[in-house]
Parts: sequence; structure tokens; C-alpha cells
Amino acid sequence: MTPDSAKLLQRIGTPLVFTLSLLPFILLVLQLLTDALGANPIEAFIRHNGEWGLRFLLLTLTMTPLRYVLKQSWPLRYRRMLGLFAFFYVCIHLSSYIVLDQFFDWAEIWADILKRPFITVGMTAFLLLIPLVVTSNKMMMKRLGRNWQRLHRLVYVIAVCAVLHYFWLVKADLYWPTVYAVLLLALFTIRIAKSHAQRTRIS
Amino acid sequence: MLIKKPATIKSSEITDEAIYLRRREFLQTSAGLGLLPFVKTAAAKTGASLQHVKNAKLSSSEKPTAYESITSYNNFYEFGTDKESPAKYANRLTTEPWSIVIDGAVNKPGRYQLEDILKPHTLEERIYRLRCVERWSMVVPWIGFSLADLIKRFEPTSKAKYVQFTTLYRPKEMIGQQRGVLNWPYVEGLRMDEAMHPLTMLAVGLYGKVMPNQNGAPIRLVVPWKYGYKSIKSIVKISFTEQEPPTTWNLSAPSEYGFYSNVNPQVDHPRWSQRKERRIGEFLRRDTLMFNGYADEVAHLYKGMDLRKYY
Ligand code: HEM
Repeated sequence: MTPDSAKLLQRIGTPLVFTLSLLPFILLVLQLLTDALGANPIEAFIRHNGEWGLRFLLLTLTMTPLRYVLKQSWPLRYRRMLGLFAFFYVCIHLSSYIVLDQFFDWAEIWADILKRPFITVGMTAFLLLIPLVVTSNKMMMKRLGRNWQRLHRLVYVIAVCAVLHYFWLVKADLYWPTVYAVLLLALFTIRIAKSHAQRTRIS
Repeated sequence: MLIKKPATIKSSEITDEAIYLRRREFLQTSAGLGLLPFVKTAAAKTGASLQHVKNAKLSSSEKPTAYESITSYNNFYEFGTDKESPAKYANRLTTEPWSIVIDGAVNKPGRYQLEDILKPHTLEERIYRLRCVERWSMVVPWIGFSLADLIKRFEPTSKAKYVQFTTLYRPKEMIGQQRGVLNWPYVEGLRMDEAMHPLTMLAVGLYGKVMPNQNGAPIRLVVPWKYGYKSIKSIVKISFTEQEPPTTWNLSAPSEYGFYSNVNPQVDHPRWSQRKERRIGEFLRRDTLMFNGYADEVAHLYKGMDLRKYY
């Protein structure tokens, strides 16, 4: 990359990624309002937001490997924003479950969390995301030092929970959960290979 | 020289091609005019009207779900596992000619053409609730007749304790069957008394029209007090058996789907509660009713049975 194009990318990159990331949400809301989500719009809305949550989680996890592969640092600049968008979509997903699906039936929601394994792991994933969101700024990064990285490794646990959540909720067709599981596995493999290579280089 | 006449067909019997080509049109208009209760060609023509009488006694007074929703939101894994796929791909299915094999413990086994199966029956409209195991529900104005009336015609023997149904297996047209998501062909079954219950029907249409392919054309079962997957679609075989027949969803996940599959708000699916349902077209969920609201009619069939065990 030439210095000029790098500068340009830096300038427009952030607003571009931000807009693109928000686009699915805007489209979904428009579809919901114009009755374009099919015969069961509430289910479709919940599911689409859940899927975007998972996609953004995986996208976030892709940034570090992408840096190795491209030997460029720019992917890291978007990692935080993508992670926050993952949280954003999961929040919409969760709140539409609470409001649109259960309509504040707290007893039923609580029973779901305790009794339905797919909701239990989904909720675990959601709760684990909170400390990552809270510590996602530069100040917290500095304050936590090495612990910041340790803490943020939780994102792997979260991604595994999210994929499990998907596996446990489908009735028979495991195609899409399997696709996401394979992608996640690939991302893990790249990381492990990379850290292994680093370690051998050090020793 | 002897010229052999090949004519085993009299020329008067040979239909003029133009008329032959118009046979569809003729049959459709005759069906539309109510001249024929149901004709072969009409089966292939989604949207053609079916002559029928209304059965108010067996019908729910609830407002039927929109035709658009009933025909665009379907679980019919033979055409794909999401709700939109059946409406997209089911038009590939040829429903003509269609025959049904009747076999097992029955006096009149055989392969019967659909027209011959349907001929003696008066088509009725019955408005039934439909509750899917996935917690959504609809109200559907089916067109069909009691399964009991059909069963009697074929004279099951005393050995017939159960009825098994089989869906068509034709992966070229039913593209969902190209993947082994379920054990194909789809099979379902009923106990004999369930099959003979007056509510249990075979449907060939909905909303007064020929059954759309995505809803199980040309002929499907409707058992309104059981979860939707019991109501098997596009039936090609009806067998009378002594043993409880295997059923597809039970084979797929035995701990989640039993043979009976009666709608029951007190018995949860292992992965979700069955207490409530979303009626398609409504915002707030409503309470699910025992036997989908048909308890008065069917509860006696299960007297003394532990419905937690026989789910
Ligand atoms: C990191 C957190 C989460 C992620 C990434 C996630 C992702 C997903 C995905 C991918 C689906 C399937 C979408 C589809 O089938 O197309 C889904 C469905 C669903 N999720 Fe989540 N989810 C998360 C947390 C939660 C939480 C906390 C709850 C509720 C407490 C929840 C409730 C549901 C429900 C009710 C469904 C739909 C099930 C159905 O329609 O039958 N999820 N989610």
C-alpha cells in the first residue's frame, strides 16, 4: 500500500466499516416495519439478529489472523468496532426475544434460561460479552496491561457458546451451525499455528 | 397382397388433437362449475376451485389465517428446511398422475389412481387449528373428507391396529430429499382409533381451492389435535399394520418426538416450553390448549395413558 492510500483508508475506513456494519440492522428494521419478513416476522427478526451477532463475532476473530496473513496492521483497527457490533446485534437479539417473543413474561424467560440448554449457553455468551465491552477502550487496556489480553481471550469461549447455542436450537438441519463451527475451527487453527511458530522462534 | 389393418383403434375414437389439447381447459371448467367433484387434471392445477360443502359442526369459528401466510410459511423438509423453501421449490413436483398403494392388513389392497380414491367422497370444508411443534399456529380452512370413510372402503382386517402413511420419495423433484436431513421417505402413523376419529381427515385443498404443492399436494393427512408433523403430506402409501409403525421425527430424535405427539401444553419439548404459541398474524402469544382445543372430542382416546410417557 502506498502511504497515500493508507491515509485514505484510515480516513474513510472507520465510517465505512461502521455504516456497513449497521446496514443489516437498518434493513431488518425496514423489513419489519414494511411487513417484508414473511409470515412470522418476529421469529425472523430474532433469528436474523442472532445470525448477525454470530457473524460479527467471527468477523472480529478474523482480524488478528488477517493481520498475519496480509502482514498489514490495518485489520486490527477495526477489531474493536466489529466486536462492539457483535454485542449490538446480540443485544437486539436478546431484547427482541424478551419483548417480541416472550413479551416480558419473566417467569417464562427465567425458566427458559434455566431449563433450555440453548438459551443457557446463549445467555452465558451474552453475559461474558459484557466485561469485554466494558474494557474495550484504550484506558482500560492500559490499566489492565497483560490482564487485558487474558480477559479478552474470553471471546473464544463466547464464540464456542454461540455456535453451541445454534447447534442446540435447530431441529434437524445442522448445515449452518456446522458451517459456523468449521469457520471457528479454522480461525482457532490459524491462531494456534501462529503462536506455535512464534514460540519456536523465541526458543 | 394382403394389407393388414393395424387399426385396433377406430377412427372415431381418435380424439382430434385440438380437442385433446383443450382437455385441461374442459376439465377445469367442469370442475369449476361443479360438474365433477374432483378431476384428475384439476389436481395439477393449483388455484382451481373445488366444489365442496361446509362442515360447520367440525369447524372452528376462529378467523382463518391469511392464504398468503398458509402458503408461504411451510415446514415441508422435502423441499428444504427453512420455511420459505417449500413455496419456492414445490412447483417442481408433478402431482399428476398420482396413485396410492393400499397394503397390509386389508381386504382390498392394490394401487389406486387418485381419481378413483376420491370419486365416492363428498368434499367438505373444515376449519381446523394447526399447531406446530415449533410453537406457532394457524387456522386453516381445509377441503377434504374423513379418513374413516376411506378406510372403511378398503376393509381393514382385525389385524389392522395401526395405519402407516408414506410420502412420495422423488429426490429429482423434491430437492430437499437430496440431503439426508431426515430418513426419506417420510413416514407417519396413527393408531386405528385415531385414524377412524371423525376429526381426522384427508385434505386435497384449502381455501376452496386445489391444494398448493407446498402444503402437501395432491393429498395429505390432517390430524388437528396433534403437532403439525403428524399431518403427513403428499401421500403415496397407506398401510395397515399390527405393530406401531415407525415415524420419521421419532426416528430422527426419539427423546423429542414420540409416536403420539398430541398437542399438550403441560409436556415440554426437551428444548423448549410448549405452554404458549404464536398464532401467525398475531403479536402476543396465546396459551396452547390441551389437544389443541379438541380435548372434548379426543381426550377419551387416551384415557388411562400417561401422556408424559406417551408424548
Ligand atoms: C452471543 C450471544 C448469542 C448469539 C451469537 C446468538 C446467535 C443466534 C443464532 C445464530 C440463532 C439462530 C438463527 C437462525 O436460526 O437463523 C439464534 C436463535 C435464537 N436465539 Fe440466540 N444468540 C445469542 C444469545 C441469545 C440469548 C442470550 C438468548 C435469550 C435469552 C437467545 C435466544 C435465541 C432464540 C429464542 C432464538 C430463536 C430460536 C427459534 O426461533 O426457535 N440467544 N441465536
